[in-house]
Amino acid sequence: MSLEINDDKCMHCGACVGSCPENSLFLREFILEVDESCIECGTCVRACPIDALKLRGD
Amino acid sequence: MDPDEGEIVNCDVLVVGGGPIGSTAARFAAKNCSGHVLVIEKRQEIGSPVRCAEGVSLSWLDELEIERSEHFINKKVLGAKLYSPSGHQMTIGKEIAGDEVGAVVERDTFDKEMAVLAGIEGVDYSLKTSAVDVIQENGVVKGVKARKMGNNFEIHSDLVIGADGFESQIGRWADIYGAIAPKDIMSCFQYRMTNIDFDPDYTHFFLGSDAPGGYVWIFPKSEESANVGLGIQLSQLDGTKSPKDYLDEFIEKNEWLEQGQEVDMVSGGVSVAAPPEKVTKDGLMLVGDASRVVDPITGGGIANGMKQAKICGEIAAKAVKDDDFSEDFFSEYEERWRERLENKLWRNYMAKEKAVELDDDEFDMIIDALADEDIEEMSTEAILKAVGEKYPDLVESFEDML
Repeated sequence: MSLEINDDKCMHCGACVGSCPENSLFLREFILEVDESCIECGTCVRACPIDALKLRGD
Repeated sequence: MDPDEGEIVNCDVLVVGGGPIGSTAARFAAKNCSGHVLVIEKRQEIGSPVRCAEGVSLSWLDELEIERSEHFINKKVLGAKLYSPSGHQMTIGKEIAGDEVGAVVERDTFDKEMAVLAGIEGVDYSLKTSAVDVIQENGVVKGVKARKMGNNFEIHSDLVIGADGFESQIGRWADIYGAIAPKDIMSCFQYRMTNIDFDPDYTHFFLGSDAPGGYVWIFPKSEESANVGLGIQLSQLDGTKSPKDYLDEFIEKNEWLEQGQEVDMVSGGVSVAAPPEKVTKDGLMLVGDASRVVDPITGGGIANGMKQAKICGEIAAKAVKDDDFSEDFFSEYEERWRERLENKLWRNYMAKEKAVELDDDEFDMIIDALADEDIEEMSTEAILKAVGEKYPDLVESFEDML
């Protein structure tokens, strides 16, 4: 599994960053990144107001 | 400020986040001491993109020495109208109609004006500058690692103020608090819409299952345009339907919005949590949304944050003058902001915990019960008392709050 960020949808609002229980997401202006501490819990997927995040099966 | 890769920049007070709260804390710090106050902001433009429904009360502007300027006030309102799922409605503030009780502001302009006020006091800004970690020595915060225009550098400061909003990473990197529970997070989406048919003298709130655990708002920006948005409790989202989907459905069935056109889109997260045990540690103070002082019932963060920011800035200046940046020294900040805000935050947090359990029928009963009441302000107690007279059973679980 891995977290997929849809850059065409992302509005860089940080709703996912603040919701992440592991503090694994980082937003630098227009760049959203996820690091290896992500536990793929899906909280950010639900938190995204515009459905820009997906957990993708490997 | 354009630091080279590996450079070390020094300042006396470093504020992370150039929103209105960061600017206000910086402004009152610079006003009350001669130290160098620097604000870093990750965006290229202060105030943009807006992440706010923009409805505010006006009363706190005076104590913060902010002029009620038409530059940032779009529309003053007479009160608020609340609607239940089956269409019952009640009005708050009608008794004092004629006086403006609130306003809808232009946040990007407002945020820039707050930066201008800070600039007048000598505060420096660095845009496109992200904090990427805090620097700590033996548990004492000493600055941040930062990145600007592709260069990694360090900012050393004996005092860091974290005003980095809902997504505050300063607070978590410094181990002040952990993650927010999903039930204490609202995921929000909004359009600014024009060409809509509504009463522009009021803010409008729609309760119930259109926005589970939250509400839909229509806040007037002008006679024919408004911010139309909603917030939904994260624990009530299952991933099949996003807040945007909920809002699109609401707009589809609301006749005021039939001819509406979207001119702006806004998304964001809001914490509706209980106030944290502490928001300070050696070398660090948190303020505003980063310190989780958003009103849990309304989701409004500006008024609480601004009042807190003034106190934060004043204590920061004192710390610079006394050269004392210990958590002990910051206890005055903790005491003063808690005295000002904490009781109401706890009360509204408990009210929110109950309110999210209400179903559409109960919202219908409540709004119906309140339709003929004269409620002058959106106070939890006033609403509960009025409901209790008609439906004592319904307010039983809230009784400890009365």
